Amino acid sequence: MLRNGPDAFGWVTILLHWTIAILIAGLLVLGFVMTRPDIDPVLQFDLFQWHKSFGFTALGLAAIRAVWWLAGRHPASVAGLSTPERHASFAVHILLLCLTLAVPVTGWALASASTLDIPSFYFNLVVIPHLPLAKSAVAEALWTTAHAVLAYGLAGLVLLHAGAALHHHFIRHDAVLVRMLRNRWRDG
Amino acid sequence: MSVRLTTLTAALTALAGFALQVSASEAKAPTLDDAAGRYDIDGSSQINFKVGQVGGGGISGKFTKFSGTFQLDRGDISKSVVEFALFPETVQTGEPRIENFLRSTAVFDTASYPKIVFRSTKITRTGENTAEIEGNLTAKGTTRTEHFEATLTEWNRRVIGFRIQGGVYRTRYNMSVGIPIYSNVVQFDMMVNGEKH
Repeated sequence: MLRNGPDAFGWVTILLHWTIAILIAGLLVLGFVMTRPDIDPVLQFDLFQWHKSFGFTALGLAAIRAVWWLAGRHPASVAGLSTPERHASFAVHILLLCLTLAVPVTGWALASASTLDIPSFYFNLVVIPHLPLAKSAVAEALWTTAHAVLAYGLAGLVLLHAGAALHHHFIRHDAVLVRMLRNRWRDG
Repeated sequence: MSVRLTTLTAALTALAGFALQVSASEAKAPTLDDAAGRYDIDGSSQINFKVGQVGGGGISGKFTKFSGTFQLDRGDISKSVVEFALFPETVQTGEPRIENFLRSTAVFDTASYPKIVFRSTKITRTGENTAEIEGNLTAKGTTRTEHFEATLTEWNRRVIGFRIQGGVYRTRYNMSVGIPIYSNVVQFDMMVNGEKH
């Protein structure tokens, strides 16, 4: 089924989750490589444009994900989680949701505030307008720092999140990971 | 008799037409004979360019170091010659990061190709004060034929000025970075002033 059920994630949730996960991984790699100091300038220009196009895609999907999360039902927690564990996982998930929105928005802001004034040409199809921010070196630097800090923060949180999922699967042998891989799950 | 006189007058007028701007201080209209000679392009010239970008606007700038001459032939504009060289390292756009990018291997590669040169091969009169200049442009190790339009804007006995415009496809010179965000066409809009040698 597409929508989340009382004890299972729907396919929309699952698809959004993994698509956004892959995008985040790719964007982190792109972001790291494209900011290396001795990179060839043509390659750097191209990587930045790919990064922006995939970044806007991640933003769009994260927005859809947020709406889907707010509008839909949430499956009950997997049995065996203590109250602090449930609260911690909830907090991490909310934080991930917020960061998947905040990171691309700060990226959009840095491109918008840059005195370079390079347009965002989404996969060379459509121009995405700049945010209405004043352009200056200071503004660009501030948004760049915000973008980098939040992005690497998100990376750390993703590692924590993925590590926890693997722990649940391989150590606890519960359904936490499996129910984000397929729609129906069975108790152990 | 009167037909020959008319024809002669028409011919002289056509020859003089190219240099027919009369400044307030001039008492008589100059002719091409007067304008003929060698001119050195001087530092008051403005070598401006612009590359458009999607959504409007673009990168605009100029080159501040250049040199050249034009040799205006007495009586026949088509025998005139323009020679020009600019140093792309002197590009100015108001944004140092853009200037550095333009100097890099991505665009001009000024370390390996310090000069961009143009030498005309054909000049064709297109109007009273205008001409089309065809010639060889050499940049980043490649030579191609390019066309520019020249309009005479100023002339007195010592100084001559032209507005020279033209578009150049940068992919022809191995400078294709940024397409299609940035236009393939580099628009030149130059005020070229020459001082009689």
